[in-house]
Amino acid sequence: MSIMQDGREATMVGRRTDGTPIKRPLSPHLQVYDMLQLTSALSISSRITGTAWGVGLGLLVWWLVAAASGPAAFANVQWFMSSWLGLLGLFGMTGAAWYHTLNGVRHLAWDAGYGYDIPSTYRSGRIVLVGTAVMTVLTWVVAIAVWA
Amino acid sequence: MANEYADHTTLRSPLGRVRGLGSARSGTHHWWLQRVTSALLLPLTIWFALSAALLAGASHAETVAWIARPHNAVLLLATIGLSFHHTAAGMQVILEDYVNQEWLRMGAILAVKTIFALLALASALAVLRIAV
Repeated sequence: MSIMQDGREATMVGRRTDGTPIKRPLSPHLQVYDMLQLTSALSISSRITGTAWGVGLGLLVWWLVAAASGPAAFANVQWFMSSWLGLLGLFGMTGAAWYHTLNGVRHLAWDAGYGYDIPSTYRSGRIVLVGTAVMTVLTWVVAIAVWA
Repeated sequence: MANEYADHTTLRSPLGRVRGLGSARSGTHHWWLQRVTSALLLPLTIWFALSAALLAGASHAETVAWIARPHNAVLLLATIGLSFHHTAAGMQVILEDYVNQEWLRMGAILAVKTIFALLALASALAVLRIAV
């Protein structure tokens, strides 16, 4: 084991199931990856879209609290949601939601031990991208059809 | 079998290794809950996204009537609880990975959890006010 670079490494010394010591890896830093590589880009996008959804939850809270407050407060939400900024935000949020959801399924499959080889990883990654585009557009087709 | 670990100098007992709880005494609990909440959120999110799309342009009265329906209110409460739990767990992992300073990391995690808990309570109260 080399000299510690990070204080957290003190808690990252573990043992394998056979008892031999192992230095557990820190989560990789962003700069070591080529972001034009599909797998790395999809990986960090999962975190970015998850965080974006955290912001989107704020919109959900606003919508619910305004609905409970009364028609005047609700009118403010509706004004914002139907403004170009609100629509752009909602559209972005829909895309982020579908991406995070579909990539989440990909992660659950990995956790269950499926699709770990490199070709499968790329294939599932492309499926997630196409699925995100299709589902985002479909969601908005429904919304616009109902609205119109 | 009894001497399986005799070659290795370790103070950790086989029982401790089997339980896998480690020094934090929580083991894979956080990781596992993140997976469980994600699996539960999958149908709930599809339901909510569709419902929200169908409510596009709905008036205040229509929206309130939709929220007030018991099955919608229950599913909304479940969505709120699981979404905030899942998001807080995810934000915690991101902060643990990328914030280096101990006090800043702990402060940020506590702040995120506090804010998310308050927002979850506020939205749950809103649903209950409308539905009850």
